[in-house]
Amino acid sequence: MNVAEFTFLVWAGSLAAGFLGALTGLGGGVVLVPLLTIFFKVDLHYAIGASLVSVIATSSGSAAAYVKEGFSNIRIGMFLEIATTFGALLGAFLTAHVPARGIAVIFGVVLLYSAYVARNIRPRTAEEQPPDPLATKLKMNSSFPDTSGLRQYNVYNVPGGFGIMFGAGALSGLLGIGSGALKVVAMDQAMRIPFKVSTTTSNFMIGVTAAASAGVYLTRGYIDPALAMPVMLGVLVGSLMGTRVLVKTKTKSLRLVFSVVIVLLGIEMLLKGITGTI
Amino acid sequence: MNDYLNPALLRDKLQEWLDRRIEIVLAQLLRAGVLSAALVVIAGAVLYLGAHPRAHVDYRTFHAEPEQLRGVHGVLDAALQGQAMGIMQLGLLLLIATPIARVVFSVFAFALEGDRMYVVFTLIVLSVLLYSLFGSFLIA
Repeated sequence: MNVAEFTFLVWAGSLAAGFLGALTGLGGGVVLVPLLTIFFKVDLHYAIGASLVSVIATSSGSAAAYVKEGFSNIRIGMFLEIATTFGALLGAFLTAHVPARGIAVIFGVVLLYSAYVARNIRPRTAEEQPPDPLATKLKMNSSFPDTSGLRQYNVYNVPGGFGIMFGAGALSGLLGIGSGALKVVAMDQAMRIPFKVSTTTSNFMIGVTAAASAGVYLTRGYIDPALAMPVMLGVLVGSLMGTRVLVKTKTKSLRLVFSVVIVLLGIEMLLKGITGTI
Repeated sequence: MNDYLNPALLRDKLQEWLDRRIEIVLAQLLRAGVLSAALVVIAGAVLYLGAHPRAHVDYRTFHAEPEQLRGVHGVLDAALQGQAMGIMQLGLLLLIATPIARVVFSVFAFALEGDRMYVVFTLIVLSVLLYSLFGSFLIA
């Protein structure tokens, strides 16, 4: 393949990943690294670097669309970013020391887990409980617009959520993904933050988390501009298109198809890691 | 209906309104950052693709990027010299800077609200980000 063909094909593939990722809410970053390593035979480190950059593009680019809805909570986001950025630094340093096979195996597991979470998370039914003292001290309890006006919510288990966020940050730095699935698990399941608040706050956090490891990646020479260029531009255009279409279409069957794709890529990454062919 | 006379409630409402304003400005800042980064990357891409479209590419083996493209100063130099790789990398650097700008803005926003606790939290996040971009070569 020459430069022009390679750049165009990578751009088109990234556009599809970004589009499907935004449309299904599963995030495009998680399929980029398998796409680049399995189909374009790109070295794992370059693939991770390019993916990380595109994660920042989607997170920052779609922020405007999310903010309009008025669900995200900047205090919860900023507090938890302490955990994700420290985790991301750790993950980025680990990338240099964990062998490619190990990264491929972890990647495979994370892909399978993301598909599982996407199919099994159901918004919880809120039950009334007294507010948590720590969450109150951190001013995390807030409200969001609902069909029947503003709905109040309380936040619980801050240390638990903080811990999972550290892990989500480390995976983000190690694998070059947004780890949105794990962030939503931390907020929705552990801290009992309403689902919509969790997903929009998670989108806000993804960009900051990725920026924390991007610096390390750049210094290490993992970010190749000629490869990151088509990936970033493709994902950005694809995800912006995806968020536009999102409101108009029913995405249930598409979600299923994309989950199947994620599972297949996860199995392929696992196999490649186990057999050492990455 | 005497809710509105309750000072604590009024303060909460004011904080919520301010939070919301801050979020909207932030989102616009982020979008502007991403768009300008994309334009710089596109400019570099035009130069890059125009120079040698038929050359062969091979990303199968990893051999870290040249020193110049691995730090803020080197990237700026390469971009100012009009090198395609340097311009594209500068665009990517701008992209990495957008969430950092968001955190810087948040420091001022929380200070404006008089929320010292969150000013401290935000400064912690900011120092991790700056360390990653400027200081990580110390242990790399």
